[in-house]
Parts: sequence; structure tokens; C-alpha cells
Amino acid sequence: MYNSGKVIMGIIIFLLFVAFPFYYNIGRVIATPDPSLDTPVINELVEKKCVEPREFMRVEHMTMLNDWKDSAIRDGRRAYINTEGKLFEKSLQNTCMRCHSNKERFCNECHTYVAVKPYCWTCHIEPKEKKL
Amino acid sequence: MSMDRRGFLKLIGLSSIGIGAGWMIRKPGEFLEAGSVSDLPGALEAKQWGMVIDTSKFKTEADYKKVINACHKAHNVPAIENPNHEIKWIWTDDFAHTFSEAKHQYMTEGLKDKMVLLLCNHCKNPPCVRVCPTKATFKRKDGIVQQDMHRCIGCRFCMTACPYGARSFNYTNPRPYIKETNPEYPTRMIGVVEKCIFCEGRLARGLMPACVEASQGAMLFGDLSDTNSVVREALRRHYTLVRKPKLGTEPVVFYILDLGRDKGGGEYA
Repeated sequence: MYNSGKVIMGIIIFLLFVAFPFYYNIGRVIATPDPSLDTPVINELVEKKCVEPREFMRVEHMTMLNDWKDSAIRDGRRAYINTEGKLFEKSLQNTCMRCHSNKERFCNECHTYVAVKPYCWTCHIEPKEKKL
Repeated sequence: MSMDRRGFLKLIGLSSIGIGAGWMIRKPGEFLEAGSVSDLPGALEAKQWGMVIDTSKFKTEADYKKVINACHKAHNVPAIENPNHEIKWIWTDDFAHTFSEAKHQYMTEGLKDKMVLLLCNHCKNPPCVRVCPTKATFKRKDGIVQQDMHRCIGCRFCMTACPYGARSFNYTNPRPYIKETNPEYPTRMIGVVEKCIFCEGRLARGLMPACVEASQGAMLFGDLSDTNSVVREALRRHYTLVRKPKLGTEPVVFYILDLGRDKGGGEYA
């Protein structure tokens, strides 16, 4: 092989560069996200249930919000009947955030962890959070 | 390893079934059913919404302000001083500018300068909808020209197309200019176009548009396809105008012009 020294050095430098996030984070303890349900409205609920079961919401909330947005705006159909037959108004500000009034400790908790930045809040108004 | 043609085809067939059926194999619990779409109880519906504005019932500055404030407060419309950046859903202009085709040199006294309330005409044939490249603005089944802020890319074609100047562009972040924020309605962001939406969200909750509610009878709202509706009744009984009818956009906002009543009857001595 020609220039084997340079080539091998190059490969090593490349690998070190690509693997940087891995060894940089070795030994670092990053707390797993723990979204909080501690809000006044949720605490008052007798049965602590979201629109759909927790497992569903955890996996599908983004799809659901997108579907809500489309059917509410494009078709003007603003109610959602869940699997138990209960009716909800499709509204991020008026339905979701009324219970989950702790955006910082609920939404951001996981979104920050997985580094996603949903741009809901450039228009939708965040609930006012009481600073402790 | 050798394989004959027949064996090869069998294997291909089986593997393609395997690939195709992959989606069926899911862990238990993954088939959670989601609910269904519906309307809110008491939602107001129509085949073609329309509005009638009685210009004779708007006399003082306060009459207009009351209506404009109700709308702009409900929809978090910013109050931007700079006229180039101004955002308006409902505003006023004088008669001569509003109905430029109807104006002439010797017009009824006071009419030329009479203020008229303006808003999106929710045209039956809306040019803004035709030019929108993303279908962010579109026509609903009930005639409302709706604006989907999630899709607007801020190209401003609709502003150029609208002959009524009913659309405003957010040149800056509107939030600092909103005095009193209504927490139940979103704001807009920099780079999107906005306008009146006939309060479709309020209609869905069984409420009349905010301006109609605040006008205390000076503005009427109803189904134009229903011959017994308040709007059709008003259109039957009064002389009404629409803006720029020559363009063929077919506005559904009508203006009652009861000059005789203003002048105390139609007597000409």
C-alpha cells in the first residue's frame, strides 16, 4: 500500500472524530427524564387519566396532536371522542395545557433529553408557571 | 450451493410475503385504538356563512372601536403603530375609498367621509385561495376562507391577490405589541400572513363572531343559503352594497345603506 502511514493516521483521526460523542459522554451521568404530573388540576382529578391511556400518549402524542391540528383547522371538526367515549375539545392551549400546566417539567423534560424542539410555542401561548 | 429456477422463485415468493407481512407482527399492546373525530356540542353550522353590516348604526368613533377591540382582543391581534407593519383583522375606511366605484363628485352630504367597517369578505370566489402555493389559505365547506398558520410560508401572494387589503403580514414578532393576551387563543409568529376568519373557532363552540356579539345588532351573521335567516331577511328589506362587485369575487359581507332613514324619510321638497 502506498502512503500507508498517512492513510492509517488519517483513518485513526477520522475514527477519533466520529466517535467523539461516545467517549466524551463516558462516565457522565445524565438523569433520565421524569415528566411531572404534579399540577393543581391533575392533583384534583379523582381518576388521573389523560385523553388516552398513558402508554398510547407516550408513543403517539405527537401524531395525535398533528391529527388534531389537521382535523380542527382543515375540517373544522373540533371535538375528539376517546376510546372510552368521552368528548374533549381539540386544543393544545385549552385542553392539554389546562391539566399539564407545567410545560417546563412535563413537555420540556423529555424534549430536552432527546433534543427535539417542537415549534408549538412560537404561536401557542404557554401556560403561566408559578416560579417556586 | 446450487439452486434451480423453481427453488429460487419459491424462496423469492416466501421472502416477499415475509417483508409484506412484517407490519402485522407487533408486540401486544401496540394496537391501541385511537378515538374518533366529532363536533363540539352546540356547534353552529351553515351552508354559506354571510354577514350584513348596517352602516347607519355606526355613528360615533366608539361604535367602531367597540367592535374592533372585541375582535382584536379575542384574537391577540397586535397594535403596531408603524403603518407599514400594521396588523388588522377589522378596521375602518371612508365610504369613498371603500366603495370607490360608487363615488362621484356630488354625493349625498356626509357620505363621502362616512366611516365604514372593513374586514375579510370571505369571497365565494377568493383570489387569495387561488394563489396560495401551500394551500395554507383555503375555502371551507361553509364558505369561510380559513387560514392555516401551520402551513403559511409567508410568500405574501395572497396579499397581492386580495383586492380588499384584508391581509396583513407579520414583519416582526407580534408578541411584544399585544397589550392584553387572551390565553385561550394563539398569537402569530414572524413571517406569516393573517386575517379575519369569521370566528370559525367561536362558531364551533356555538358562539357568534366576536364583532357581531359586540356590535349589539349593528352587524348580522347567518346562513345565506337559508331564506329565513337574519341575513337574508336584512338583504330582502334593505338596499345593500358589496365591495368591488365588478371583480367577480362575490363577497359575502354586505353593507346596508339606509340613507333615507338617516335623513328622516325619503321626502324631497
